Amino acid sequence: MRCDDDYATMVDLTMSDPTMTTATTTNPMASEPYLVRAVAKETYDTFTLTLEPESAANGTSFQPGQFSMLWVFGVGELPISISGHPEQHDKLVYTVRSVGQATHALVSQTAGAGVGVRGPFGAGWPAEKAKGRDVVVVAGGIGLAPLRPLIYEVLNNRDAYGRLVILYGARSPRDLLYRKELTAWARQRDTQVLVTVDYGGLAWRGHVGVVTTLFKYARLQPSRSTAMVCGPEIMMRFVARELEAHGLARPDIYLSMERNMKCGIGFCGHCQYGPHFICKDGPIFTYAQLRPLLEKHEL
Amino acid sequence: MENLERIIAEHSFFAGLDKEFMTLLVGCASNVHFKAGTYILKEGSQADTFYLIRSGKVAVEVVAPQHDPIIVSTLEVGEVLGWSWLLPPFQWKFHARAVADVRALSLDGKCLRTKCEENHDLGYEVLKRFGQIMVDRLEATRLQLLDVYAVRR
Repeated sequence: MRCDDDYATMVDLTMSDPTMTTATTTNPMASEPYLVRAVAKETYDTFTLTLEPESAANGTSFQPGQFSMLWVFGVGELPISISGHPEQHDKLVYTVRSVGQATHALVSQTAGAGVGVRGPFGAGWPAEKAKGRDVVVVAGGIGLAPLRPLIYEVLNNRDAYGRLVILYGARSPRDLLYRKELTAWARQRDTQVLVTVDYGGLAWRGHVGVVTTLFKYARLQPSRSTAMVCGPEIMMRFVARELEAHGLARPDIYLSMERNMKCGIGFCGHCQYGPHFICKDGPIFTYAQLRPLLEKHEL
Repeated sequence: MENLERIIAEHSFFAGLDKEFMTLLVGCASNVHFKAGTYILKEGSQADTFYLIRSGKVAVEVVAPQHDPIIVSTLEVGEVLGWSWLLPPFQWKFHARAVADVRALSLDGKCLRTKCEENHDLGYEVLKRFGQIMVDRLEATRLQLLDVYAVRR
């Protein structure tokens, strides 16, 4: 669901026609016209797009962890998590890794280009439920993008939460997202930011090892912590086990799942995962919900 | 000696170890310091020591021909560096370099092996602790090998 467009949904004529509309609509299959305001390069293959509604009357609103269906005209529609600030209501921000035709087309858009936006869809991170508790964010690779709105939310309402622990792993130093923000977050009170890379060169002075190796340095208070995890599914499985081994209860561990999403509203069934539709019931689920499904080969 | 005993007792690696065993360990221990950039271990050399890191950071490296060394992991405060002293052929398989100044407790592996042979209860306690480290690092290495962040096409 993040932005690896192995799962990019190409325009499918057998589905409902996602006709563009210019007015605010409640039809979830109808895209709203947005304009690209900026495209910023995060890494060699990852870009952050800022989109604004074509009509100023159409504000934006979303919950951290939700995603949109972005329609690149003439190319296809793909699900992308929102990575911007939830309290900025005049724009939507997406961080996209260019790994295929549709994502490449999306990040190649220039300022002023039009993009269709449906959504936001899905259940977000449990930001309200986590109030009064420590928040443990564990991200892998591009998985930091869907967690960034949650981090903004916690930092913006700092007194409402306990300690914020951010554990972030990437493939190599050049794959790290939001480097300046990571440094800035680490300076916030009651916030611990630990970063690691799987492969580090001699110039890298930080930690080398998979993200699970960071747990031994994290200042966790398991009984009062809510963990939110996003990254490749294998990584999330290892992380969830590690969190459980550290004493977090399964209902307090949330994972963001990724499957081939098309309609975004649980109609088409493309993203069915056991009894769940990732687009509608998720993409955020508790480890208690997912544990019986995660190790099933056929899923 | 009392200071070393306190340091060992406070180190998570030896948490819960009997006082009798602690005293045996102290006989094999000494405080050491490595400046940033110093190689602590060299691949192929005799492995007769291990270290409990008290501060600083160590990079475990593999030499790559015509290439900079590759860092396979880093170890920091509270971690243990080195297990090749425990099992034959008692040779280091990697380089280990101090990335930042390192303070550590050095334990004489030869001395400890002899004590473990003489006292199998101590030997079992030591093996259990190193076994856990080996399991953790094997799991981490497997995850690292999966290269989960790579683009799958």
